[in-house]
Amino acid sequence: MNVLIKNGRIIDPANNIDEMNDLYIADGIIAAIGSPPADFVVEQKIEASGLVVCPGLVDLAAHLREPGEEHKATIASETKAAVKGGITTLCCPPNTTPVIDTTAVVELIHHKAELSGRTHIHPLGAMSKKLEGQKLSNMAALKNAGCVGISNHWFPLKNTLVLRRALEYAATYDLTVFLYPEDHHLRNDGCVHEGIVSTRLGLPGIPEAAETAALAQQLILIKETGVRAHFCRLSSAQAVTMIADAQQAGLTVTADVAAHQLQLCEIDLSDFDSHCHVRPPLRTQRDQQGLNNGLVNRVISAICSDHQPHEADAKLKPFSDTEPGIAGLETLLPLSLRLFHEQRLSLPELLSKITSEPARILQISAGTLAIQSAADICIFDPDHYWEITPESWLSQGYNTPFIGWELKGHVTHTFIDGKLVYQYQP
Amino acid sequence: MIIDVLDTAESFAGVTRRTVKKVPLLRGRTVVNLFFEASTRTRTTFELAAKRLSADVLNIQMAASATTKGETLLDTLANFEAMQCDMFIVRHDRSGTAHFIARHVAPHISVINAGDGSHAHPTQAMLDMFTIRRIKGDFYPLSVAIVGDIAHSRVARSQIHALTTLGVNEVRVIGPKTLMPKDINALGVHVYHNLEAGLRDVDVVIMLRLQRERMDSELLPGELEYYQQYGLTEEKLKAAKADAMIMHPGPINRGVEIESAVADGPRSVILQQVTHGIAIRMAVMSMTMGSGLDLGTET
Repeated sequence: MNVLIKNGRIIDPANNIDEMNDLYIADGIIAAIGSPPADFVVEQKIEASGLVVCPGLVDLAAHLREPGEEHKATIASETKAAVKGGITTLCCPPNTTPVIDTTAVVELIHHKAELSGRTHIHPLGAMSKKLEGQKLSNMAALKNAGCVGISNHWFPLKNTLVLRRALEYAATYDLTVFLYPEDHHLRNDGCVHEGIVSTRLGLPGIPEAAETAALAQQLILIKETGVRAHFCRLSSAQAVTMIADAQQAGLTVTADVAAHQLQLCEIDLSDFDSHCHVRPPLRTQRDQQGLNNGLVNRVISAICSDHQPHEADAKLKPFSDTEPGIAGLETLLPLSLRLFHEQRLSLPELLSKITSEPARILQISAGTLAIQSAADICIFDPDHYWEITPESWLSQGYNTPFIGWELKGHVTHTFIDGKLVYQYQP
Repeated sequence: MIIDVLDTAESFAGVTRRTVKKVPLLRGRTVVNLFFEASTRTRTTFELAAKRLSADVLNIQMAASATTKGETLLDTLANFEAMQCDMFIVRHDRSGTAHFIARHVAPHISVINAGDGSHAHPTQAMLDMFTIRRIKGDFYPLSVAIVGDIAHSRVARSQIHALTTLGVNEVRVIGPKTLMPKDINALGVHVYHNLEAGLRDVDVVIMLRLQRERMDSELLPGELEYYQQYGLTEEKLKAAKADAMIMHPGPINRGVEIESAVADGPRSVILQQVTHGIAIRMAVMSMTMGSGLDLGTET
């Protein structure tokens, strides 16, 4: 199918493009920008004046719940939500059931992704067998099966020796390790940030040190082992400072933040709102500012949805008994755009955090509008306000604190491999 | 609002001294004491309060784990709703449970928090305020010290809330750093780690119960050291004002947080607190399910 996307503001951060122009798709790839390629016959035309045409979004973390927790969500249901959010590539963490520690599970996920025919899915492999934190996983085999990196998710490693060996072994195969900085013991049974709100509500707190103590230890071992490392879901301003210092000292580590961390802080859960129960916890306003500043200063290079769909019952309990997480695929773009609307980042810079930068972290050829690359494209109206309503929601998990919010920035079309997989119907 | 409760309780306190102790305010209403955590004092005084208001009372003692095994908490509640109950008195070991229940039951059902996790125990704090007012009169000149496991205490949180709302001169919290929640000073209290320094010239001393499972853990080394540092004895009490009153929400651990001579001494009001619990709970229940107050007739 030959597609012409006409008169859009084409923004491609990977190639420093920001111009009003036409974009031509042929045979699933981006054929030309500007003038049509030879013998191009338009079969489908999208009028994009007033809209932004950018690479399809790349989401570093989305839990699809399949295999193992299909009562929460499935690959089919969540990829529908993803394309509605403009996401054409996503990375799923290894904490499925069974965990992604064998090539069979990797193949299953790839197969289901192909069947759904929507968002490209790149799994992370488990760092330890069954994520139990004791024995190394078959990292080489996982890499060959298509894992873009390895991670032990939020599951603790038995001790620092296992961490050191896992980093060394991953470095052997040039695998990126995705680290979740959290000291399991300091976290204790905490469920919210330890501070004024936890003290007021009598909820068990997670101290900032649970993040920073683990981070300090991991930074030292990264330096020691020379592994390529990415830090997932920062939650404190202090962690941002520590990573900035490490980067300045020459360590090539990257970091991301979940979109909801940019908008919310501990005050938002002060009515025991279980939709604000997330891991890592929402911390102080100062931390929230620190995370936003980290993006502006390029210490944090990516924003992810940290999508975690749940069945309704998972959130219908006393706060500390509820499961953490927000279903975030459909709000990734508008929540991220706030940094642009507040004039803290230019639109191309902001878009790099959800396209080219996460693609670079995953070392995959996505998040670009380069000629001859796969035509994964997101078209959106940056100024369109829309209300988040259950009726407009596609994820199987309705667990979002943003229901009823009016957010700015709305996806109108999503293309994957040149095929229109989502179109907004007003 | 707190003053309203205290004034209403004052009128009920008269009722509870009569030989016939019942008033018909809640006649025909059904009150469910829904306790997911063991309790003697709170449950029985709520029960007595409900009965003295002529309500029918159902006592349900459930292990919190029973709900995690089979039906959910909301299913349990839905069943009582279906039995046309009018009020839930809820005690649960998770902070925020009463809020959670109040948000999800039918709007005509009243929910009263009888203690949720480490969050709040409002009726306990109100009966403590009632006791303080009866003995000391005005709140504003008072210095009040709360001693012990502040971190895990819902009673302390509700007391701090009530005392600061009523405008006392000073609220102090006393205990080791391991039992002190982070940023507690943001609640408007002064923090002391030395018992005698903290008790200096206070008018009211509130001792908190220290649960034995906190002992010999990463929180505290043991009972003896705790008693030596934070146990309330006649000797330590000399730092406080001569007419300082001693309170404790119970159950007390003699020889752990308080010396028997103090607990049973002339300045202790621990048993009066229990008696006042009935009047306060009558006030709270009648105001919540409010059908106008007419205390004139005995039935």
